Amino acid sequence: MTATVRYDEVEAGTELPEQTYPVRRVDLIRYAGASGDFNPIHWNERTAKAVGLPDVIAHGMFTMAQAGRLITDWVGDPGAVVEYGVRFSAPVVVPDDDKGAEITVGGVVKEKLGDNLVRITITARSGEAKVLARSTAVVRLS
Amino acid sequence: MAINRDCLGREYEAPQPYEVTRGKIREFANAIQDPNPFYTDVEAARAAGYKDVIAPPTFPIIMDMDGVGQAVVDPELGLDFSMVVHGDQRFCYSRPMEAGDVLTSVTRISGIKALGDKEMLTLESEISTVGGEHIVTAVNMLFVRGSTDTSEK
Repeated sequence: MTATVRYDEVEAGTELPEQTYPVRRVDLIRYAGASGDFNPIHWNERTAKAVGLPDVIAHGMFTMAQAGRLITDWVGDPGAVVEYGVRFSAPVVVPDDDKGAEITVGGVVKEKLGDNLVRITITARSGEAKVLARSTAVVRLS
Repeated sequence: MAINRDCLGREYEAPQPYEVTRGKIREFANAIQDPNPFYTDVEAARAAGYKDVIAPPTFPIIMDMDGVGQAVVDPELGLDFSMVVHGDQRFCYSRPMEAGDVLTSVTRISGIKALGDKEMLTLESEISTVGGEHIVTAVNMLFVRGSTDTSEK
């Protein structure tokens, strides 16, 4: 494995550069096909509203994938991720227009665990909503 | 309708092995719009010491959801799937999945508990090669809204 970030060069409080990722309806349809999750609340407005949602919402796993990208882009080698967990605290609502929604993801090194491992806490929001909570990754640095 | 506590500990095995392929990894990486070369460029992945391209960290959800899918339709569990919301997801990796891996999984119902008017159902999928090498454990927590609960968070 070849993490590009060195353990010696980070400390608790080191921030990962914040990123914003777009999500449009077509992205959800593509993700549904690739993942096999065809739950209609992720592509059908009628179903979403029938179960009390404001509109179609993104797959939680799509949001988790975007937040994961923040980690893997920072660490360089996606195989350096040892543990990754999230809580889905609010839905990412995706309107039926060309712009869609945005997911803004940030992270900070919470603690150094020894053995070149660090725990990163992750935040993600879409508009005003905090869409991930209690989300962390453990990665092995060089 | 409460979830049947007697199902705690019940296991669901993958009916057939899952073969990780370059094409499926590329399709998944495209769908999450992640251009990381380790997912598509065999040379880049091999230069880092892998035997082939590797899969993104959330790729194991495909096998995990197959296992969860078997559990949630188990008639003895008594689950109304239209009331299910994905609460938490966690992965613990021994190594990333690589193209060429032939994998199997066992999904176990590891927790059922009430939380206010909701229930929490926890399922754990142990994913390993058919040769027995552990790859990843996926832990999936589902909220099941009560039949009398009409509120939305």
